[in-house]
Amino acid sequence: MEEPATSMLRSVNDPLRPGVNSSGERVLSIEGLRVEFRLPDESTEVLCGVDLTARPGEIVGVVGESGSGKTVAALAVVGLLPSAAHVSGGSVRFFNENLLDLDSRQMRAIRGSRISMIFQNPRASLNPVFTVGRMLREVLLVHSGLRGRKATVRAQELLADVGLPDPSAVMRRYPHQLSGGMAQRAMIALALSSSPDLLLADEPTTALDVTIQHQIIQLLLRLRKRQNLTQIVITHNFGVVAELCDRVAVMYAGAILEEAPVGRIFEAPGHPYTRGLLSARARVEQSSGIRSIPGQVPELKNRPTGCSFHPRCEHARDICRVSTPRLESSAPNHSIACHRWRELAQ
Amino acid sequence: MKPLLEVTGLSKHYPVRTKLWKFRNLVAADDVSLTVQAGETLAIVGESGSGKSTVGKCILRLEAPTSGHVVLDGQPISELSEVEVRSLRAQMQMVYQDPLESLNPRHKVGKLVAEPLLLHGIVSRKEVRKRVSELFHLVGLGSEHIDRYAHTLSGGQQQRVGIARALATSPKLLVLDEPTSALDVSVEAQILNLLQDLQRRMKLAFLLISHDLAVVSMLADRVAVMYLGQIVETGPTRDILASGYHPYSRALVSATPVDHPHQRKVRIALDGEPTSPIDPPQHCRLEPRCPFALPVCREQVADLKQAEERRFTRCIRFNREHVNGSWDPDASVQPGIAKPRAG
Amino acid sequence: MAEIAVHMTRRLAGLSKWCRRNPITALGFGIIVGLGILGLLAPLIAPYDPYALNPREKMQAPSLNHLFGTGIFGEDIFSRVLYGIRIDFGIGLGAVAIGLFTGSTVGVIAGYYGGRIDEVCMRLMDIVAAFPGFILAMAIAGVLGPSIPNLIIAIAVVNVPVYARLSRSRFLVIRSSLYALAARGVGASDVRILAWHLLPNSLAPIFVQSTLQCGWAILDAAGLSFIGLGVRLPTPEWGVMIGLGAPRIITGQWWISFFPGLAIAITVMGFNLIGDGLQDLLDPRRK
Repeated sequence: MEEPATSMLRSVNDPLRPGVNSSGERVLSIEGLRVEFRLPDESTEVLCGVDLTARPGEIVGVVGESGSGKTVAALAVVGLLPSAAHVSGGSVRFFNENLLDLDSRQMRAIRGSRISMIFQNPRASLNPVFTVGRMLREVLLVHSGLRGRKATVRAQELLADVGLPDPSAVMRRYPHQLSGGMAQRAMIALALSSSPDLLLADEPTTALDVTIQHQIIQLLLRLRKRQNLTQIVITHNFGVVAELCDRVAVMYAGAILEEAPVGRIFEAPGHPYTRGLLSARARVEQSSGIRSIPGQVPELKNRPTGCSFHPRCEHARDICRVSTPRLESSAPNHSIACHRWRELAQ
Repeated sequence: MKPLLEVTGLSKHYPVRTKLWKFRNLVAADDVSLTVQAGETLAIVGESGSGKSTVGKCILRLEAPTSGHVVLDGQPISELSEVEVRSLRAQMQMVYQDPLESLNPRHKVGKLVAEPLLLHGIVSRKEVRKRVSELFHLVGLGSEHIDRYAHTLSGGQQQRVGIARALATSPKLLVLDEPTSALDVSVEAQILNLLQDLQRRMKLAFLLISHDLAVVSMLADRVAVMYLGQIVETGPTRDILASGYHPYSRALVSATPVDHPHQRKVRIALDGEPTSPIDPPQHCRLEPRCPFALPVCREQVADLKQAEERRFTRCIRFNREHVNGSWDPDASVQPGIAKPRAG
Repeated sequence: MAEIAVHMTRRLAGLSKWCRRNPITALGFGIIVGLGILGLLAPLIAPYDPYALNPREKMQAPSLNHLFGTGIFGEDIFSRVLYGIRIDFGIGLGAVAIGLFTGSTVGVIAGYYGGRIDEVCMRLMDIVAAFPGFILAMAIAGVLGPSIPNLIIAIAVVNVPVYARLSRSRFLVIRSSLYALAARGVGASDVRILAWHLLPNSLAPIFVQSTLQCGWAILDAAGLSFIGLGVRLPTPEWGVMIGLGAPRIITGQWWISFFPGLAIAITVMGFNLIGDGLQDLLDPRRK
């Protein structure tokens, strides 16, 4: 809402991303996180050693296809894993605290106040029997102790901040009376009501139309600019990454295969999977002949041995079938989990 | 040349009860006219609620249009009875957005592909398995998939089954309803390449229904942009993606995410969200959201007018002001005349 | 031979794996199948004739001679409980089968034709469902007179609205499914869509409901017989047996009512356990 009224032509994507703090402080740092799904007679490892960090004011993208484990990683951070899932290793440090050591009461105090999460389908993630106003006031009461007139004023401010016109009318509405874009804005207002240090967004624009997607991306960028809000954005869409993120981690079958600043991922992708994904995208400018990645995304139950991408990789050698590559640094801020990245870089 | 598919004045209204006794019309499609030549791809582009899927279903007579004519290869589909249309279905088939939901969970996928073959008497019962296996190979599936159930296949394989079923009767027209929007990125590319390849080999005409301009730019020769039930612009894909005439086409292209983080893009932002499709106004439907709207946009009926060869647009201001297809919307916006904007 | 053996072992291995995954459902199946076998083999197992009266040994407590004791006419409770399986299972299954057939026919017709026919059918069902089930069954059984076929009819009528509603709502959901639309898209006729696409998909929840209803039907049958509106003496039916023994509980002869009651409880529990687990078993997507 801060855009000037006269010029309707805007340019975004300033290559100089603001707000990235290069000092060593970290809002979130996940190290070697392992998660298993346990059933009575089998257990499946859905995350096998995930490392991810987010510095203050940074927007980190986690890109992956279905079954890559990107959502599980986010749920592990906020302690909302389904009951069959067990964390079998690693740590999740939020500032200086290991979230995995906290009990459920301590976790609840952090979740929703210092770490907030928004989801793909905003209308389904809002409680259908409460109005937007009631939900916001409730959260404000719990986290900031605001009540009565003060809570109403603050709720209206929050709704206006996320670009909802006529906040007092929106407060009286139920989730089903909101359009998808409005519901996502209301969801973001709820997530921001406790002034969190970290926002996890799981496919925040996937269910929305492109013009609305664009509005939500602008909103998330504005939140970073104004409040220096650290964000982790989970998506399958490289376009969203290109518009929004500073750094990208590419996930596949429960592991991170590559991690780099966004410009480097697009200009010099090191992992064959990242390269494949980037050239498999249908793009507006390119009219014919996209190169697809052969084969299917593996089921986690039958994860291939060695490098999980090797059955679909044209560069696979014997070593790829046998040993799992570790994430290693190929350049400053750029790491790749591939046995052959050195050869392939040439 | 006579077009393969000719749609004129197609409308679809749904009555909605707004009060206990009061019904109003939800206009899903309003006076839609389009043509598809044999072997060509026409894309209908629009966001949710634009009516693009409704148009597809009305053309195939999966829904009965409220008014309008649909002629496929000389046969007036919209005038035929349900039973007569049934035998015509061999010539026009549909691929659905959600491949799993479109395949019956209780039957093996081979049986589902065999169904149209037997219904239209294309092969005898004895040869059906052989033909099904040929179709499976055509779409890149193996014979081992014939006896599987849909839920045991991956998303990409399910959509291949959907395509095999659609191709079973050797149709001339394939309606593709968001064929890849439910698929993973790496699999989407496979399906798009397959569709392109099939079109080339079988001289198929596609009516592609999509919200994804990237998919459209890859498959389509021509584009019809829809907004709130109306076609607002038609023209060759390249022209519309490079320089749309209608503000909505421009906004749609500009809202599509960039391909590369360093790419700069001129952005046209639409305010808010689409207005209600219930009893929409006669004047321009984009007007409440349009950054270029003037008072005239509320006063006149917005008609689809030819701007140049093969290009039509429904923008009142463009149709009045453009000079040989070039139009600067900001030129005549004077402060004070432009309607006040929120924010 | 070897092949068959391998095949059988694989089958058994699959079965035991399934049982480990669904222990509750397996228990339910075990109870019902076990009781069914006992009922079928009743003439071989039962130590006495269930109709034989032996006034000299009346109202004896359970012993090795009479496992469940004897009743007020000296009849052997164990033998009568065994034979009772045949009667009660027969009544339950019969009532459910008739109710299922009638109810789902009404439901599918209402769902398929819609409009006026739908209104008439469903309001009729509402009228039936408006009465408390057991009271309605009492009234019908009272009018028709006490006999096993009449008892089956009375219980079936009470069940009809349950199946009609269930099959109609299920039918409406799958009629608007994308695969039904896709079937129309390839040129399938209405009858074909109904029979080949819709029916197989609407049966699973109806079967689940049926197993649950079996338990209730047996309970209803016993209840009606208990108050004298169902099966008459000397038929070995559990409800009648409980009715016969009820006045004797206060005088200390608890076994006359207790064992038939236990049989009813175990049976109803068995059917309910199956019903809960059957949902997964019948859905190909959840295998």
